[in-house]
Amino acid sequence: MDNIIKIENLIFEYKRDEDQEVIRAVDNVSLEIQRGSFTAIIGRNGSGKSTLAKNLNALLLPTGGAVYVDGYNTRDESALWEIRQRAGMVFQNPDNQLVSSIVEDDVAFGPENLGVEPAEIRFRVDEALHSVGMFEERKKAPHLLSGGQKQRVAIAGVVAMRPKCIILDEPTAMLDPKGREEVMEIIQKLHEEGITILLITHFMEEAARAERVIIMNKGAVVMDGTPKQVFARNQEIRALSLDVPLPVELGERLRREGVGIPEGIITAEEMVTFICQYK
Amino acid sequence: MSIQVKNLTHIYSEGMPYESVSLNDVSFTLEDGEFVGIIGHTGSGKSTLVQHLNGLLKPKSGSIIIGDEDITNDKVLMRDIRRKIGLVFQYPEYQLFEETVHKDVAFGPTNLGLSKEETDLRVSEAIELVGLDYQEIKDRSPFELSGGQKRRVAIAGVIAMKPEVLILDEPTAGLDPKAHKDVLEMIKKIHGARKSITILVSHNMNDIANLSDKVLVMDKGTLSMEGTPRQVFAEAEKLESMGLALPPAAELMNMLRKRGLDVRQDILTKEEAFQELLRLLK
Repeated sequence: MDNIIKIENLIFEYKRDEDQEVIRAVDNVSLEIQRGSFTAIIGRNGSGKSTLAKNLNALLLPTGGAVYVDGYNTRDESALWEIRQRAGMVFQNPDNQLVSSIVEDDVAFGPENLGVEPAEIRFRVDEALHSVGMFEERKKAPHLLSGGQKQRVAIAGVVAMRPKCIILDEPTAMLDPKGREEVMEIIQKLHEEGITILLITHFMEEAARAERVIIMNKGAVVMDGTPKQVFARNQEIRALSLDVPLPVELGERLRREGVGIPEGIITAEEMVTFICQYK
Repeated sequence: MSIQVKNLTHIYSEGMPYESVSLNDVSFTLEDGEFVGIIGHTGSGKSTLVQHLNGLLKPKSGSIIIGDEDITNDKVLMRDIRRKIGLVFQYPEYQLFEETVHKDVAFGPTNLGLSKEETDLRVSEAIELVGLDYQEIKDRSPFELSGGQKRRVAIAGVIAMKPEVLILDEPTAGLDPKAHKDVLEMIKKIHGARKSITILVSHNMNDIANLSDKVLVMDKGTLSMEGTPRQVFAEAEKLESMGLALPPAAELMNMLRKRGLDVRQDILTKEEAFQELLRLLK
């Protein structure tokens, strides 16, 4: 199996400012992320998922264990740019990620810093803007865009660096339902184009669209499997104070009443298709 | 106390190239004790509307009568409006700034000129009302708290002003499922305790459906729908045309109806969806 990311016994600790107590945010996590895959990571606030993500492109360095991105050890300082170029990050708040007063300048910021030739930058910026559906808005000022559009520009900025992997840390948390759907469609499209996607989210419906779901709790991986496998364990998920998608919960309650809804149903579309056949 | 909004119109950047009508002839009445949900696509005017309700923005024309006072009148003191109408912004924890939780929550009441005793009483009451232990938390730095706790402290700062109307703009955005539920429970508790008007602006249709007595739907600066959650969310097509979603349970029923199944159109909650599916499938 060809892995883009390899995490070996990762431990990350930091000292809390308040009382200097050592907090272990990530506790002995080992994971392999297959090249081209789409993985969702869910977990409560403080479960360690964002800390894990920041360890994947050397924003944070391991206290123990190791992280490899496309073969490069994140501790290897000379490989920093290789790592950052391969694993791009998109954060929650689009306003904190846009740096220029014109959309296309913003998208060009990353490749410029990589020292890419001007003609090549032009080509990459246009290509990235097309891929997120923002080419028409390329001359606009970012503050005149909607939240969903801003987040798409932030994603284009990462895409223009030609990463092999994009890590998105709750990219839809601040968006309205339409903006959220726009961003999810772009994520799926990038995945189909072969980019490895790691999506951290609180929305179970978004996690259900991934190929693999990882649940973290107290710094450790507690579940790992396909959405069907993971969401079938809905009582354990609820014990972790997390939700399951509505169709999973309805399916479970209906089964208890003797209605033969199969366990693998996790999306509304699957539920509707099943009910129409059942009737 | 009731709120009457009459023919409210607001124009952003008037005379500038980006001039836009952000509120266009908006009128509605909110009764005392009502829990009101406001929904609308980004840019629909909902934030502009709530910023008028506490005097942050002045309208081009129209009036806002709160109790028996028109707050658009220039003679009304801003301080008096702010005392009546508490507005909790999106991500209010970004506005925490004091050294301790007590000082942060006390900031508003102190500025109202209240005595130290009255301020302390209000601070401890507000902190308990948002579900935190006053003795345990009062001397801690607000910046050392968890995301959900920070947000509660920020909301306590507004509640300590004892506003007669409490407005919350996306109070659950970015919270994990557990913190989300806790904050909603807290809002219900505050509404129950204060029995005044609570206004919730949210993209989460499930929360709006579960909490609101009345829902206002904003679209392109106008008030396009007004009614109970059941009335509003029964209009699936109309909401969809405005870029709005249904609560997940209502959406599931809507999808079944589109496939020709005979299911109720006014389902709002998980429980109702369960009962309806049970009736259909058993």
